Amino acid sequence: MTSPATPQDREQAPGAGLLSFYESPIPIRPATLGDAVASEWTKLRSVRATVWTLGVMVVLMLTIGLGTALLVAANDGNLAGEPSLALGFFGVVLGSICVITLGVLTIGSEYGTGMIRTTLTACPSRARVLAAKAIVFFSLTFVVTTVTAAVVAGSQTLILDGAPASAGEWLLSTVGIGLYIAALGLLSLGIGAIVRHSAGAITIMIGVVLLPLVLAPFMFAQDLRGLQRFLIEYSIPNQLGALYGATITESGPSGWEPLMLMLGLAALALGGAVAVLNRRDV
Amino acid sequence: MIELEGLTKRFGSKIAVDHLSFQVRPGIVTGFLGPNGAGKSTTMRMMLDLDHATSGTVRIDGKHYRELEEPLKYIGALLDAKAMHGGRSAYNNLLCLAQSNRIPSSRVDEVLDMVGLTAVAKKKSKGFSLGMGQRLGIASALLGDPEILMFDEPVNGLDPEGIHWIRNLMKALASEGRTIFVSSHLMSEMALTADHLIVIGQGKLLADTSMADFIQENSRSYTRLRSPQQERLRDVLHEGGFTPVETAGGVLEVDDATTEELGELAARHQVVLHELSPQRASLEEAFMQMTAGSVEYHAHSERDPAAEPPAVGAGWGENWKKPAGTDSTDGTDGKGA
Repeated sequence: MTSPATPQDREQAPGAGLLSFYESPIPIRPATLGDAVASEWTKLRSVRATVWTLGVMVVLMLTIGLGTALLVAANDGNLAGEPSLALGFFGVVLGSICVITLGVLTIGSEYGTGMIRTTLTACPSRARVLAAKAIVFFSLTFVVTTVTAAVVAGSQTLILDGAPASAGEWLLSTVGIGLYIAALGLLSLGIGAIVRHSAGAITIMIGVVLLPLVLAPFMFAQDLRGLQRFLIEYSIPNQLGALYGATITESGPSGWEPLMLMLGLAALALGGAVAVLNRRDV
Repeated sequence: MIELEGLTKRFGSKIAVDHLSFQVRPGIVTGFLGPNGAGKSTTMRMMLDLDHATSGTVRIDGKHYRELEEPLKYIGALLDAKAMHGGRSAYNNLLCLAQSNRIPSSRVDEVLDMVGLTAVAKKKSKGFSLGMGQRLGIASALLGDPEILMFDEPVNGLDPEGIHWIRNLMKALASEGRTIFVSSHLMSEMALTADHLIVIGQGKLLADTSMADFIQENSRSYTRLRSPQQERLRDVLHEGGFTPVETAGGVLEVDDATTEELGELAARHQVVLHELSPQRASLEEAFMQMTAGSVEYHAHSERDPAAEPPAVGAGWGENWKKPAGTDSTDGTDGKGA
């Protein structure tokens, strides 16, 4: 097996047949976003990181969600009229870290391994590569998060006697949570593409999630009250709480507002990433 | 066909590629030669639109890279063997590339078979040896069965069997009418594979010539003579109409003469000879002389006296490849200059 089988009938003396172009038997047709999506799906399903991060997230959401419900049930189970759905909050906050990691790795691992050069030679349109990654990643995390959130919410409702939740509340704490977490992952993907360094981007994103709530309590000065309030209200954990109808503060984003906000941020990050990738050498 | 026109790349104030213009023609293997840091890889990255050219253009079959509809079917490239995700199997690494250009998945099996990686197709590519990684990279270049193939330093780190395989592969691909563009910093390697040569140094085009012409112009043959009666031998040679050049260690070198002529001349004058050997300057040396002025990373030998003039051939790769038959242990061999 020292050389590939080559059709001998095509063979010519080197240097003699300068004008004989090689014709590939594989037909050429404009590549589409669909092809890029298929490619990105193969990439996402064929690495261990996907199973690890999403697996850990599912485990966290289930154990913490069900554990809280069982704990409350063991302690008399009186939710004082609050809907039991809100108990899913704790698992989701921790699970969001896993999605952030996967979002960053989706693009960061390409830069880390050098795969990005191969990817961009196969598909020179930076926008198409990022769009395909975003579509595949968003769909997968949305489905996994929504299904897990629904299982948790359903079990909590069965275990506890809270106030009955409306259809709108159910939708927010399942589909709403799924969309929000997937959008948070997209923001991470955008940051990962801009930063090009997995560890750096993950650190930035964990800072974005945790820092506002860590910093806010230290803002004693009167002048900083406004900023303190803003940081708390718009911190990612509080926005997640708002989707569950359980916020730290009375004002701030509510209903579907957090989702619109996060989708807007994700769109900005991805738009920025496309602009940067188009300008930058790989 | 690849056409470069005035291709230039600046990194800050440093010019990596300086107004390069040349064509890579189909049906032959074109060697792209230059010392380390000459701008070979930067040029290749610009051809693939990975790096933006500061000015100038690259056309592939008349089109800019970004205008190619399914680029893998026009041009396949091996840039560096590790440009794959190590956590993914060889098969999946190729499959995701194939899908982005709508290449049937059966072609993935075909190219894996071609490069001899079928047995490890399902193994993670991070466990691959350098040679296996190189084969995987070549498989990805062949994936779209493209008309143009580009290989950046394909024999780096390969064992002799692998080197032999790549040489034959490139020749076979060229004989099918494909355009083969292969970079190297080893002239000796190029001499065995390339039909045409493009030599650059510090980003500038130094030569664009056929291999046959390059060999003709650059391979000097001469005869090496060593004698205990060196002074006398020199006089005798002068009398005989030859112009001996003295090199280190009292060795005399004579151009344009056969060993028979010189041996008989010495015998007639009863000069004792310790050595009389035909020599051929290697292409490696010709290449080094050509690029000597444009070598970017010089290794400075501690033995070099500071006052030494910048001799041709000194610096890059000095002494590591001597003409065959040179058994001098003296490190200050002056290459017969």
